[in-house]
Amino acid sequence: MKRAKDDLIFEIIVTILLLIFTATMLYPFLNSLAISFNEANDTARGGISIFPRKFTLLNYQVVLANAEIYRAFAISVIRTFIGTLLSVLVTAMLAYGLSKKELKGQKIFMGFCVVTMYFNGGLIPTYVVIKSLNLLNTFWVMILPLTVNVFNMIIFKAFFENLPKSIEESAKVDGAGYFTIFTRIVVPTSKPVLATISLFVAVVHWNSWFDASIYITNKNLLPIQTVLQKIINSNVMNDQLSKMNANAAEMMRISSQVSTESLLMATMMVATIPILMIYPFLQKYFAKGVLLGSVKE
Amino acid sequence: MKLNQKDIEVNIINMNYVKNTKKKIKVPELHIMIMPGIILLFIFVYVPMWGIIIAFQDYKLHKGFSQAEWVGMKHFISLFTDRAFPRVLLNTLVISLKRLFFLFPTPIILALMLNEIKVKKFKSVLQTISYLPHFISWVIAAGFIFSFLAVDGGDLNGVMMWMGIIDEPLNFLSRPDWFHTILISSNIWKTTGFGAIVYLAAIAGVDPALYEAAQMDGLNRFKQTIHITLPSIVPVIIVYLILTLASILTVGFEDILLLTKQMNNAILRSKADVIDTYVFRMGLSMGRYSYATAAGLFKGLVSVVLLWLGNRMAKALGRNSLW
Repeated sequence: MKRAKDDLIFEIIVTILLLIFTATMLYPFLNSLAISFNEANDTARGGISIFPRKFTLLNYQVVLANAEIYRAFAISVIRTFIGTLLSVLVTAMLAYGLSKKELKGQKIFMGFCVVTMYFNGGLIPTYVVIKSLNLLNTFWVMILPLTVNVFNMIIFKAFFENLPKSIEESAKVDGAGYFTIFTRIVVPTSKPVLATISLFVAVVHWNSWFDASIYITNKNLLPIQTVLQKIINSNVMNDQLSKMNANAAEMMRISSQVSTESLLMATMMVATIPILMIYPFLQKYFAKGVLLGSVKE
Repeated sequence: MKLNQKDIEVNIINMNYVKNTKKKIKVPELHIMIMPGIILLFIFVYVPMWGIIIAFQDYKLHKGFSQAEWVGMKHFISLFTDRAFPRVLLNTLVISLKRLFFLFPTPIILALMLNEIKVKKFKSVLQTISYLPHFISWVIAAGFIFSFLAVDGGDLNGVMMWMGIIDEPLNFLSRPDWFHTILISSNIWKTTGFGAIVYLAAIAGVDPALYEAAQMDGLNRFKQTIHITLPSIVPVIIVYLILTLASILTVGFEDILLLTKQMNNAILRSKADVIDTYVFRMGLSMGRYSYATAAGLFKGLVSVVLLWLGNRMAKALGRNSLW
């Protein structure tokens, strides 16, 4: 009986602690969301928690009317799309090749890849190489260096090695080459791991800001996170407003109703929501993917 | 009859084809498949490794490697004699020890707690929410932190004034002494949930018979967690500990850079400047490429030694090592 009582107390304590913990995870996000939907003059009074007090869409109207934000958002979308596609393709092919014992020099190639997990040239030599390749201020500087991820490759490889051999063998007897087997058999049966890695790569691309901030000076090529970082650092509301397509009177009216903070929060939400809409649906896949990687590491 | 003959012919052609593919196409085809990946790794990881030689040169960006003057250990000597460097090294070590102490155990504790939630739906919702910060960029996270710590209208100041701890709002990000606390707390917020995945998976593999036996012995749930669940996941914990030790000099770069506004917040530098940010400041902001590369190389060497030591330690303990 005492044990049952102990267990109940234990369960209650654990549940309360977990509720506090998850509330902390969620609060900053809900708070910013509330501020982004609240009238700026009202927000300045303080005390906004997780619900807007005076609901408005004005902050979003200003942010979404800003051509710079639009362009940056589009660049992030394109970057994420192309970057993820290319990275998953190249990394999966690399992993497939390396999962075959009959690949000549398999051990050497594998070593070649694994070394890069522990050694790299570091910030400055990488910058120098990218500059001498004339990649500065190009779209591809955000794509190519991130294309091969050895950690993801190892997850792929572990997954491919566990695929049943029999189907591949019978395809081989039918005269299919490795490339056909890869596209027709391996890819369709590897959907869970493809989904996981795609998510990981997409998150990296969507959230990257540092690469663009050092490699790209052309304002028209910056992704949303880098633009956002510049806005946070400089705190310029007028800059945002001036990029609106509105006449002077309209601008005056709006500028009295928004603030740096309210616009910032709205921009942050615009930059965050796409990722948050995807990850919960892929949760059951990535939990397994992470495990696979850690076992094989 | 005719039909049969045709079949045989087709079969013979097929068999020849198989033989041919085995002889001719097989090996090159696999090599073609791995080539894009190998080439990209070569260009973007191996060539920069060779580029480390600029640490021994007086490299100028517009001239290139070949024309740069060789200066031997000059940059390493000026690095070790630089007045700022001991502070940078100290910050790196202190932050990494704090990370080890606070950031390493939190995912384990979270996983152990989540394991005690028996209602599946509830557990899954809690997990989904705990992953959320992982999927947010550090830029957004920094935005949240700035808003939370703001002098006017920031929640932390609001709560502390309401509780009567302070009379006037404080500017938290202008006090170097508080920087580490802010940094580590932000990291706990961002990394704990996702970090717990591995441990949850390890816990899922624990033999249920162990718990049944423990219940027979009259152990309550808390004691089961301490005496069965925790010891069962120790191998996983050790592997992660080794990995953490190897990256002990990588103390987070994006987070520090963003919280100090790209190191422009000079007041914080006395506590925030670490090797990575130092390399960034010296190299990219001030154009001292060779000097910054020397600092980066120093960090790389120490990391390799630590990884090797960590692995040796794990082997000596008789647990699984990394290789």
